[in-house]
Amino acid sequence: MSLFDKFEKIVAGRQALADRGITSNVVMEKVISPTEAVINGRRMILAGTNNYLGLTFDPDCIEAASTAVREQGTGTTGSRMANGTYSDHVQLEQELADFFGCKYGMVFSTGYIANLAMLSALTGPGDILLIDADSHASIYDGCRLSGAEIIRFRHNDPGDLEKRLKRLGDRASNTLIIVEGIYSMLGDRAPLAAIAAVKAKYGAYLLVDEAHSLGVLGQRGRGLAEEAGVEEKVDFIVGTFSKSLGAIGGFCVSNQPGLDLIPFAARPYMFTASSSPSIIASTRAALHIISTRRELSRKLWDNAHQLYEELHNLGFQLGPEPSPVVAVRLADIDQAIGLWRGLLERGVYVNLVTPPATPDGGCLLRCSVSAGHSTRQIEQIINAFASLKEAVQVAETAQSL
Amino acid sequence: MQDYDTLLKQIYELLEPLVNEDVELWEESDFVADLGFDSLKVMKLLEKVEDHYDISIPLNILPDIQTIKDFVVQLEKIVST
Repeated sequence: MSLFDKFEKIVAGRQALADRGITSNVVMEKVISPTEAVINGRRMILAGTNNYLGLTFDPDCIEAASTAVREQGTGTTGSRMANGTYSDHVQLEQELADFFGCKYGMVFSTGYIANLAMLSALTGPGDILLIDADSHASIYDGCRLSGAEIIRFRHNDPGDLEKRLKRLGDRASNTLIIVEGIYSMLGDRAPLAAIAAVKAKYGAYLLVDEAHSLGVLGQRGRGLAEEAGVEEKVDFIVGTFSKSLGAIGGFCVSNQPGLDLIPFAARPYMFTASSSPSIIASTRAALHIISTRRELSRKLWDNAHQLYEELHNLGFQLGPEPSPVVAVRLADIDQAIGLWRGLLERGVYVNLVTPPATPDGGCLLRCSVSAGHSTRQIEQIINAFASLKEAVQVAETAQSL
Repeated sequence: MQDYDTLLKQIYELLEPLVNEDVELWEESDFVADLGFDSLKVMKLLEKVEDHYDISIPLNILPDIQTIKDFVVQLEKIVST
């Protein structure tokens, strides 16, 4: 018996991919812009990077990061509880709170840590976490770390959520419901108005992870809670800096005074080095851009609608609604890999997602659109899919026979 | 309140559509090794059982479940509360 015996399934999964010619992760040999990179020696359009507003090369963000690294150094070399709290961390926390119209804000070193810290600190043994079945791995891991009772409800089903809250009786008052603004795999929104109404009826708490919806949804770019008009009913908003904000990090904002206590209770926060000054500086600049350059969101949505509608017209099976995440659904792994490779050969990179990372056991070619994509680039992505459509149809026909 | 044997019989019935016809179900059937369950099928089973008994099954019990018997033992505790 070896420590590595438990990896048998991983080995088999890797072998299955290797048999189909995929032996390693895609390597970005040179990143040229928010929407282009060199992969396998070839210039590609990036259509799978979650860089929704295209801010990774924004001159203001780069300038802010460069100034910070020159003035404050490359890293903080400590946790927030020790020597890792700089005035810029504190200012970003205030700016995030102001942006969301909340009293309190907290910054974490990654979005993953934000969920781990918040869930494990807010709940413990005796409490209940009621999570959407399609929740991100960081939510599942945070739940596990908490020691609370974990109950799933059916994806985007407020009726099922209500049934489960009802079963809890008095325990609903120490229950934390967790949903996401936009689900990362299929790009669908949570039915948040209905979920918030159920939450209010039973007196539970509600946390919304706006990782994929910050800067994307809502008139001011605050996310789904703003778009759905239910910010007052949402107790905690968690998010990330690694998508629309173009850096890495996470945050939580809330009107709950108890948020001030989280730094003293959340081990993932206490025992992680804080974000480096350059990250905090570029994130502050990006947050300012979200507030002031709303045309980026409009461009993002134009691109998203164009890609979704054209792929739909081509007959691809997609996620349930237009969104900056456009997921092409395929039942068969060989078909998915063939199409993914074909796209690479045509200069388009998208995410290949295979089970168990997919919600329904199928495969996905997950595209994510950026405000940085030109109309010409979106057309090139569509043309690449169109030229491969015939191959998909042949495979579908063969499968149905 | 339902006893172990009644629950076991009902679980066999709920499991049948989820397993291959040639698979025989018994108390020591291992969900992964014998029934070929993956995480998706486990979740499907949980949803069916939750609907059938009008209960919520905490995910926390999953690490303790390998066989049908393990599952029914946990289920007995949940339906009795």
